[in-house]
Amino acid sequence: MPVELYLNVAVSGLLTGLIYGLSALGLSVIFGVIRIVNFAHGEIMVMGMFATLVLFRHLGIDPLYCVPIVAAALFAFGYLLQDLVVRRIVHLPDYMQFLLMAAIAVMIVSLCLMIFGPDAQGVQVSYAYDSFQIGPLLVDKVRVYAGVAALVVSGLLFAFFRYTDTGKAIRACGDNQTGALVVGLNVRRLFALTFGIGTACLGAAGAILVLLIDVHPYLGPSYTLLAFIIVIIGGLGSLPGALLGGLLIGFSEALAGLVFQPSMKSAVSFGLLILVLLLRPQGLMGKISR
Amino acid sequence: MTDRNISKAAAAAGGVTRRTVVAGIGAAGMLAGTSRFSIVRAAGGPLKVGVLLPRSGVQAGIGQDCQRGVEVAGPILKELGLPELQIMNGDTESNEQTARAQAEKLIGDGAQLLVGAFDSGQSAAIAQVAEQKGIPFVINIAAAPQITEQGYKYVFRNFPTAVTILTDAFKQQKEIFKQVGSAPKSVVFLHVNDTFGSAMAGGIGKVMPKFDMPYKVADTIAYDRAARDLSVEIAKAKATGADALLVVSRLNDAILLTRELVKQRWTPEAILSMGPGWYEDQYFKTLGKLSDGPISFVPWYDPKKKLSQTLKAAMKKAYPDVNLNTNHVYTFEALLVAADAYKRAGTGDSKELTEAVRTTNITDNVSIGEGIRFDAKGQNDTVGDASIQNVGGELVVVAPEKAAVAKAVWPMPPYDKR
Repeated sequence: MPVELYLNVAVSGLLTGLIYGLSALGLSVIFGVIRIVNFAHGEIMVMGMFATLVLFRHLGIDPLYCVPIVAAALFAFGYLLQDLVVRRIVHLPDYMQFLLMAAIAVMIVSLCLMIFGPDAQGVQVSYAYDSFQIGPLLVDKVRVYAGVAALVVSGLLFAFFRYTDTGKAIRACGDNQTGALVVGLNVRRLFALTFGIGTACLGAAGAILVLLIDVHPYLGPSYTLLAFIIVIIGGLGSLPGALLGGLLIGFSEALAGLVFQPSMKSAVSFGLLILVLLLRPQGLMGKISR
Repeated sequence: MTDRNISKAAAAAGGVTRRTVVAGIGAAGMLAGTSRFSIVRAAGGPLKVGVLLPRSGVQAGIGQDCQRGVEVAGPILKELGLPELQIMNGDTESNEQTARAQAEKLIGDGAQLLVGAFDSGQSAAIAQVAEQKGIPFVINIAAAPQITEQGYKYVFRNFPTAVTILTDAFKQQKEIFKQVGSAPKSVVFLHVNDTFGSAMAGGIGKVMPKFDMPYKVADTIAYDRAARDLSVEIAKAKATGADALLVVSRLNDAILLTRELVKQRWTPEAILSMGPGWYEDQYFKTLGKLSDGPISFVPWYDPKKKLSQTLKAAMKKAYPDVNLNTNHVYTFEALLVAADAYKRAGTGDSKELTEAVRTTNITDNVSIGEGIRFDAKGQNDTVGDASIQNVGGELVVVAPEKAAVAKAVWPMPPYDKR
């Protein structure tokens, strides 16, 4: 097979991986600070996709411009969800937390079904079928835009956690909740902010992803599973790890499809997961908790 | 007197006690569970038909499309003098486990005959339940040959098997190549890896060598039915330098494949589909003018049959923007079989109803072929296929010659010049 074919597929896989990474960031942020495993992860992203679809269809807003709007809407949703519901069960055993999040997921699916029906629906932007020709490379324009948008959102998120006081306070809560309380941080508000930021990431990822795939209410579980694989490979709670995991999965899935059979893509993702669990259980960029 | 005293008094009098009632219910339950031929329900009222379709999940679009065939059936059946059907809807959620559970639920709720389920895997799961419970099951759409090769007594299929579809497809491809004076030298075979796709892939290996096709298969690429992205598949297919695509797909993947062809700037000489997806209404709606060109080799309706015109008119009235297609035709015909059998049986008794389905002989039907009748295996082996091409948003029959209304557009118009 020609080299340009491998190059094309690798670039496409990396761009897809950036979006996977962005969606996994949401899971990683929430788990890293609040220690809640968000089983409604994929479904919340699907909400973001449907919200973008509505904005595109009724107001004609390009999905890329929808990113801040949908992220803000899902931030509010996540903030309220944490403050009104999740906060009240954080002290309960893990399995009860899992059940709560799974119940929220089922409710989101049912709501989407009632409003949007079961059919797959997509957006049709003017550049949907365009591609960039760079020498022998033929890169899908939508994927490039989506990849760049994912990179920008991830960069903003990293900057927020690294350089702002609120970001540092959230990281402090994640590192030592008791310590954060002792120094007078408003942990309740910071947790709600964190959950909101996590769901805002999902909103942004959903708005970008709707450019690449059609949305239907049952899309969520496969993305929840994918996000789990990514964050476990990258390291639970590690933001750079989530992005790296996303890139790795996107890239390896694409190449596996080319070298072996496309139907082997998922097997390669799970194979990577098993390898990481065996050789580096804390994930590629995770820390060993002592 | 307390309940306990009443029971004691009744027992002393040799009457019915709570214990005997419980034992009686238990015995009745055992009898109901073990006697597969005991399901007799009142005749005279409408026949309760459980219609199982993938109304949600990855095949939701097609399931909903099949439902259109159900919606228009009632008045037509009445016009034909057939008894009324009471439709009980079930959703297989596009997976086998739910299909099995829903079939059990519908039977539990009183369904006297099952219809469904578009997909081979789901139909096979329902067939097992129908066989176990002794309830007739009329398959609307499912092509995997093994479903009617199991020696089932309650399963009937008015739809060609994968082998028949392939045989007709290769015959008609040669007819089209002759018609247009051109043929591809090589093709890539792309197929979904579900029960139907795998059965078709297996069948191609067996059937194709018998036809001395003018092309060779440059590569075979299988992909997951829930695939979110098919860019690698198309990149791989394009790199082989093949002239045309041979595909077995579903609706969502047909849309994804087309989008990737456009993005990767590749218009093959032809897209030859031996499955659903490319002729669906949703395919046209989603892709607009990019939907033109593919040729599908599918079980289809005979436009010259009287009942086809009736069904087409009913569809046009109910769904003005939807073309009559395989999903509507075969779902309608499954209900036609049910109503016809109920009329002849005169009862909802499962044994007699099954016997009536077995002896079906409907000549005034819709699909291509001699009519509807079942062989000893429960298969209608007279049902045929047609080659239809997407032209200007319409579905045009281009082969076989006796049913063709136009010549095939060959090669496909380039995607970037539409």
